[in-house]
Amino acid sequence: MRSALGGGLGLRLELHFSAMQKTMDPYDAPESTPRQHPSCSLKEYFLAATPLQRRLESVRKQATSFVPTPPRRRIPQRSQLQEDVDPQKVAFLLHKQWTLYSLTPLYKFSYTNLKEYSRLLSAFITAEKQKGLAVEVGEDCNIKVVFSTLLGMKGTQSDPEAVLVQILSKPQLPSEDREAKALWTGWFCCVFGDGLLETVSEDFTCLPLFLANGAESNTAIIGTWFQKTFDCYFSPLAINAFNLSWMAAMWTACKMDRYVAATEFLWSVPCSPQSLDISYAIHPEDAKALWDSVHRTPGEVTQEEVDLFMDCLSSHFYRHFRIHLSATRLVRVSTSVASAHTDGKIKIICHKYLIGVLAYLTELAIFQIE
Amino acid sequence: MHAVMMPQKTGKNYQAQNRPSQGSSSYQTNLSACEVKQKPSDSKENNPMQDDEHADDQDGDVLQIAMEYFEKDPIRSLRSKDKILEKHLITVENVAWKNGLAPETIDILLNVALSGRFGNAVNTRILKCLIPATLISEDSVVKAVSWLCVGKCSGSTKVLFYRWLIAMFDFIDHKEQINLLYGFFFASLQDDVLCPYVCHLLYLLTKKENVKPFRVRKLLDLQAKMGMQPHLQALLSVYKFFVPTLISVSLPVRKKIYFKNSENLWKTALLAVRQRNQGLCPEPRKLMLGPANIRPLKRKWNSHSIIPVLNSSSHTTECGKKEMNLSEYLSSSGSLPLEQLQRFPQLLENIHCLELPSQMGSVLNNSLLLHYINCIRDESVLLRLYHWLSQTLQEECVWYKVNNYENGKEFASFLDTIIRAESFLHEGFYSCEAFLYKSLPLWDGFCCRSQVLQLVSWIPFNNFSEMKPLLFDHLAHLFFTSTIYFKCSIIESLKELLQNWLLWLSKDIHVKPVTDSPLDTSLCESMNSVFKLVHYVGWLSTIGMRLESNSTFLMHFILDFFETACDIYLIYNLPLVVLFPRAIFYSALFTLDASILNQLCYIMHRYHKNLTAAKKNELIQKAKSKLSFSSKTYKEFNCCLTTMVGCLWTSKPFKKGIRFSPETLEKLGVEEHKRSLNLVYHSSLLGYAVSFLLQETPEEKTINLSSIQGKKWNLYLDYLFSEELQGLKLFIESCIRRSSVS
Repeated sequence: MRSALGGGLGLRLELHFSAMQKTMDPYDAPESTPRQHPSCSLKEYFLAATPLQRRLESVRKQATSFVPTPPRRRIPQRSQLQEDVDPQKVAFLLHKQWTLYSLTPLYKFSYTNLKEYSRLLSAFITAEKQKGLAVEVGEDCNIKVVFSTLLGMKGTQSDPEAVLVQILSKPQLPSEDREAKALWTGWFCCVFGDGLLETVSEDFTCLPLFLANGAESNTAIIGTWFQKTFDCYFSPLAINAFNLSWMAAMWTACKMDRYVAATEFLWSVPCSPQSLDISYAIHPEDAKALWDSVHRTPGEVTQEEVDLFMDCLSSHFYRHFRIHLSATRLVRVSTSVASAHTDGKIKIICHKYLIGVLAYLTELAIFQIE
Repeated sequence: MHAVMMPQKTGKNYQAQNRPSQGSSSYQTNLSACEVKQKPSDSKENNPMQDDEHADDQDGDVLQIAMEYFEKDPIRSLRSKDKILEKHLITVENVAWKNGLAPETIDILLNVALSGRFGNAVNTRILKCLIPATLISEDSVVKAVSWLCVGKCSGSTKVLFYRWLIAMFDFIDHKEQINLLYGFFFASLQDDVLCPYVCHLLYLLTKKENVKPFRVRKLLDLQAKMGMQPHLQALLSVYKFFVPTLISVSLPVRKKIYFKNSENLWKTALLAVRQRNQGLCPEPRKLMLGPANIRPLKRKWNSHSIIPVLNSSSHTTECGKKEMNLSEYLSSSGSLPLEQLQRFPQLLENIHCLELPSQMGSVLNNSLLLHYINCIRDESVLLRLYHWLSQTLQEECVWYKVNNYENGKEFASFLDTIIRAESFLHEGFYSCEAFLYKSLPLWDGFCCRSQVLQLVSWIPFNNFSEMKPLLFDHLAHLFFTSTIYFKCSIIESLKELLQNWLLWLSKDIHVKPVTDSPLDTSLCESMNSVFKLVHYVGWLSTIGMRLESNSTFLMHFILDFFETACDIYLIYNLPLVVLFPRAIFYSALFTLDASILNQLCYIMHRYHKNLTAAKKNELIQKAKSKLSFSSKTYKEFNCCLTTMVGCLWTSKPFKKGIRFSPETLEKLGVEEHKRSLNLVYHSSLLGYAVSFLLQETPEEKTINLSSIQGKKWNLYLDYLFSEELQGLKLFIESCIRRSSVS
């Protein structure tokens, strides 16, 4: 079903993006190391304001709600990428479907050991793939693992550098000159992860958002290796309807030079045996016009605005089709900025808002691990 | 939305199926005849099934008769023919669609369906309604497969059986035996009709060790014969996944749907049964919970148990130093690999050079390492454990995600492990506290009940007011809406929580150097938290007693709690005395049960001791008087004490407090009301008084209770004390000067 929002929504407001403020970096000052606290028992330990204690406090604050707390967020800003980002690498991240995971802080991860990690992980993958094999394999496993950093892929200076892991297939013949093909790609990042950074000590590296593209069996092997090596924990990061609505609103609010895709929503009607999906596509400019008419605070998105935006869409739909979308479940949102599925799949389309999208995903990942 | 709609849907199906048969009068009469035969005294037949429970009972009985019918020898069944068979089939179908069938029932019916005793139509109907209530036993499946070898059932029955097996695969309790039949199933691939279904089954069943070169060859032959069939490709892809080197053919990578949806026949029923069994949480929350089909990674990612296996840290050996030469290796021999740590002395000797496990979660299963983490000061160790435990709890929690109830047992045993570790360490984990905050609002109060309540009792000491909206308010909701047993369990776990808090606080006070500052705010705040906890339990108890109409059973648990609460000052050496609510005091005082009265006396005795000691201490340390008890507490207690002594001892009840006008008493016809609550006439002690008199003068025919006076009163008291009423004894000895009474 396709419906168009007509010209009744003629009200158009220009969004004025405030220039990005230079964020003060509170973590430049050396943090007092937790070992300085004298303590003699686990319990006493927590009396001091250790990172763990701070973390628990934030959990207590959050526990009252099931959704991330801030009732307002900034609209993703353009060109937040740092200068040193490799444009080729960024292009490589776009237009791919990524499966999202949240990841607890990595223990004793070191950016200087990436080469070593490449070696260890490729050995691990080879061992895993040959485990319990009935037949003797003489040849070397024809894969290669590469760890590298995605410089500049972060929100503030205190965010750790993003890490890219690739499994490449080695060319069968050494003489062959063709480029190694990526069998599997995954990357770890942290964009505006201040809240999490505050609660860990320097032994840990916080890269709470993990995105994978490739066979799930590979994700499993690599995830297992990371869990074993850095004592971290991967959980699939699903995006519930509430957060999808936020994404819809925030991405609609982004100012685009050119729209490449319709703004589309997918609602699922839970009925059996087969569930029924309702796809609701709107011309992106109409969506923007609707957004502008509900939008009040410049540069920010508030919960009320998100609710109002979605309510408007639902009531418009109801007028035409007599179906209450509020009784169904929002499962996918796609815009020209990015598209997200409730299963925890994301595809980022617009280069300009990459950091903005990642910032929100980081927030969701942190919410999940807290 | 989902959960609400499903049962309705099946409900309709179920009715629709029945309607034609209910129309037939023979069914009606047969059914009622059966009922009468079975339960001649049951007169409820006339009421059409209005009452659900009653309906369920009936279903059970009728089902039993039906099962007896199916179990009977084949000849008679064949002779008695259609109508009875039809009736029993309908019974089975009804129960199956409504509540699911027990494993034993499924066992019998599978046997019937595959043994070829009935025609195809009947077999089909039976197979279609084989919906488990909970699980299917593996043995039944193995037996059923053995029928396939006999060749008594038709091809279509075989197909249906395979489809059923695929649909129910997840409900089979074990799969080891079935996996042993792998070769048999594999041989069935020859059958062109069965092939797609057998492929699907093998796809589910295949383990790495099942992948053999000869099987690969066979599959490739089949593929050459039949062309690129999606089901064969699926099986090949599983093989290739396990042993990539064996299969050189290229398979389409992105193919998602290999199989026709075999379970469609049962899908609705299974969902409905599962949801009914588990009683999912109420609707509005669910939209927030995210998609149902996100499975925990553990099941997909290799590991067999939730808790990781103990391994020495890989950081020192692998990542830290790149290439370790032999001499370095030898010089580092000081460190002890965890795998070698077996006994406590070993831990003591090597505690300075112990290698930490690579995954901190593994300490949960190792008591030596629990000792270790209890005394180390490394924050990162605790953080690692915290992160791992928080995420694992969240990921595994069966009610946190929709439709995740199959793993309930595993989750419960995981919680048991955590609780064991907590009681071993005598302290709670912070992850568990955070987990409770997040998950308790969604908890149905049923799933893993004892584990959750134990976790509650291990919550580390905290500011009560902060915790109340996160935890105690939710607990109160559950308390008020649940059965009396649940109420008792909650009160009991709150008692344990209070004990744990008091122990920790009393230890804490002694560890800290005593500061003489007049404003010891932290202690004040701590005492305030404890006060609020006791107050909260008092509030719960008061309402609970009203809801359960003064149940003696519940009262026992409440008084148990106050037995701990009344002794805070003396036993835990903490400056706090909190009284129980008046409602609890009065309903314990007017009880019909001597043990309740006894417990009340004991608590009053302990309160008396605590308050006296506190008063004495206060007089000594008057200058400091950090925490003076409010005079209100003393007044309250004295009022209770006066009432109690007035009732039980001096027969002058209610000088203060409750007062009845003489007219009211006259109306009630209680002339001797003053005496009626004393030790002789008290409703809970009357029996003792009577048996005391009978013991004294067995030959007397009439019993004169008023004769228990003076000397006899003292003898009666000794008699009561000899009857194990210790609390009463302590109370009378400490609170009443007996010499004043003659």
